[in-house]
Amino acid sequence: MQDLAVGCGAGFSGDRVDAALPVVRTLVARGGPAALIFEMLAERTLATAQLMRRADPTKGYEPLLDLELRPVLAECLRHGITIVGNFGAANPQGAARRIVELARELGLAPPRVAVVSGDDLSGAPQRALLREALGGGFDEARFVCANAYLGAFEIADAIRQGAQIVVTGRVADPALTLGPAIAHYGWARDDWDRLAGATMAGHLLECGAQVSGGYFADPGRKDVPGLDDVGFPIAEIAADGSCVVTKAAHTGGLVDLRTVKEQLLYELHDPAAYITPDVVADITQAELVQLGPDRVRMSGVRGHARTPTLKACVFFEGGWLGEAEISYAGPGAEARARLAMDVMHKRCGADMALRFDLLGLCSILGDDANRLLEAAPHGALQDLRLRVAGRHDDVRVIDRLLREVTALWTGGPAGGGGVRTAKRQRLSMRSCLVPRSGVPVGVEILEPEVAA
Amino acid sequence: MTTTATLYDHAHARTGDKGNRVNISLIAYDAADWDWLVAQVTPERVAAHFAHRRPTNVTRHLLPKLAAMNFVLDDVLDGGVNDTLNLDMHGKSLSFHLLTLPVQPPSQPPSKTEETK
Repeated sequence: MQDLAVGCGAGFSGDRVDAALPVVRTLVARGGPAALIFEMLAERTLATAQLMRRADPTKGYEPLLDLELRPVLAECLRHGITIVGNFGAANPQGAARRIVELARELGLAPPRVAVVSGDDLSGAPQRALLREALGGGFDEARFVCANAYLGAFEIADAIRQGAQIVVTGRVADPALTLGPAIAHYGWARDDWDRLAGATMAGHLLECGAQVSGGYFADPGRKDVPGLDDVGFPIAEIAADGSCVVTKAAHTGGLVDLRTVKEQLLYELHDPAAYITPDVVADITQAELVQLGPDRVRMSGVRGHARTPTLKACVFFEGGWLGEAEISYAGPGAEARARLAMDVMHKRCGADMALRFDLLGLCSILGDDANRLLEAAPHGALQDLRLRVAGRHDDVRVIDRLLREVTALWTGGPAGGGGVRTAKRQRLSMRSCLVPRSGVPVGVEILEPEVAA
Repeated sequence: MTTTATLYDHAHARTGDKGNRVNISLIAYDAADWDWLVAQVTPERVAAHFAHRRPTNVTRHLLPKLAAMNFVLDDVLDGGVNDTLNLDMHGKSLSFHLLTLPVQPPSQPPSKTEETK
């Protein structure tokens, strides 16, 4: 049996939409079984999508769906490259319908699209489970939505039923890759080592270019050729669950031991127990070997039995964030920026805890309690931007904060310029574990004639 | 004043976030440096280096086969991506803060610092 190649077309919602085509071309040139994954659903993205769906029931799926799929849909269908994406977000059915429409617009035969459902835990029976799991942390009045992380076996079922495109909502990111591997090799639910190997292959792919030279370059120490055209990754997954990581041909970027190590450990806590819905992966004995330019082999990943629960993310309305900035330059700039900070503290500090940043001095490494900024010695920097940020449940209080920063224009220290203000609703997240029995997982194939 | 060597010369790093917790990988450029890096870059020192972010716990996981360590810092994101007021709500830039940790490579005795200012 030929090895399965899985390419990545996107690593988050907002990723480059021209990245997938070189991946598809490389998969076509390679020949053999292949899949293309789109990972577009960060923790918060789904709650945002839920709000979009409430505003318009036809929306709530990935807004970039058209831009991502239009360049590659025809090629993938023609060459039998299965597309798997969590671009369904809060409305997988809506995304599936849109893909069918898109195929028609492109003059393609109606594709077989599958929808994996069951991740949405917002309904009444599931809500009871969440209330139980979160106890006092479950705030009914502020509840927005909840989704469980589903595994790979439903994706595999969909592919085995002939789906050419699999649309999901919340699934564990590596499941997008593991699903096609299970379908291809017919692995059992307790093939722990193989499941773990392909899970970690999926982990390497799920952030797009982050394994192939993106998010890596540090000039002079970690140089990356052609970063402007960084190629997205491909994993060639073998029957034993090991893989070779490479990237799209004729692109920039780099796949080497360093890029793979950084991504292997990305968002991972205990390397002996990376818990996913399908398996608990252990990378402590993993081995990486550079086989050639842009080719790294990963083997030795071990797997342990999956846990009896699934992780769920629960979102609540989290009030309002307001942030505003103003700049100071030239002699005395730092003293004037600090004076503006003092004015803001005196005028708004009683309403809410304010975070201050002095961009150019201390704006990233600090903390919301301003400890680092307060410890920074006063100097004479001549190009600074003050940022003021606060949070409140009442949008009117946030509006007042933004007006007060704007008023620094005429009532603050000399020479302030470039005021910008912004506010947005926040979503608070709690995560918990729910029993698998409480998550009604399902696969539905949209028959072309029904969808059309 | 003298400038001491830092981790930046010997290792690379990447931050990931989940909720109010970050992990920072620390990967030796040269596996030969692994032993002394493990001896010097302890969880206690890392916790002290991030004291202003008030970690409630710092755990270090060792991956000798990869010449890497993984530090998990709890409660350093002011609530996490959905709650913090920080511009860098994910704490992505914290990996480069870790790389400013001073170290003493064994081949470099205290009297012979890298450069002087």
